[in-house]
Amino acid sequence: MSVSVQREDFDIAAEMARLTAADRDIGAVVSFTGLVREMTAEGPIAAMELEHYPGMTERALEAIVAEARGRWPLQGVRVIHRYGPLAPGDRIVLVLTASRHRQAAFEAAEFLMDYLKTRAPFWKKQTRGAESRWVDARETDDSAAGRWKG
Amino acid sequence: MRVLYFAWLRERIGAAAEEIDPGDAATAGDLVARLSAAEPRYAAAFADMAAVRVAVDQEMGDLATPIAGAREVAFFPPVTGG
Repeated sequence: MSVSVQREDFDIAAEMARLTAADRDIGAVVSFTGLVREMTAEGPIAAMELEHYPGMTERALEAIVAEARGRWPLQGVRVIHRYGPLAPGDRIVLVLTASRHRQAAFEAAEFLMDYLKTRAPFWKKQTRGAESRWVDARETDDSAAGRWKG
Repeated sequence: MRVLYFAWLRERIGAAAEEIDPGDAATAGDLVARLSAAEPRYAAAFADMAAVRVAVDQEMGDLATPIAGAREVAFFPPVTGG
């Protein structure tokens, strides 16, 4: 199982151990963890809610993982994305990539995050005091995903 | 046909999912026009279509995507995960 969409937190060390346990050819594991940032341009947030599209979210993440596996020689991939209520400092997303040499793992992890941000159906709602607001999609995310084309 | 709404589209329409008879709507865009003509809450939610994304049977599409035979059509804002 390479993709999980879950409410619960995850254990990075345990996930990394599981990913690398069976394969002694792995020479590099890259780990990316996304956290809920407290400070935003509109001020500090008190809480965040992540909505997703059950079914399609898993399919979209699996398609992105398959695309990464087609582009780089990877020994293993693990993606965990949380949904539901989150607080500043909480972990949101984990991407692990394992390969023989570091370049493939580094590049694939970055690719997975860039594509996930523009293709996986998740929506963030931030709460500041009494006000809650949906986060706008960032054009910088589209341009980051665009650099992998071609 | 099952129609799903997410994030602020869900809030503005006041429903997460509903069964809708697509009538003679051939594309996702036709379905938007049909809903918008039926009730003001849809017209308000779909007022700015540049801010609306479409998935047909859980695959990303657009307003021109055919919906004939589809089980599920979803409307949502641009995604903000990660």
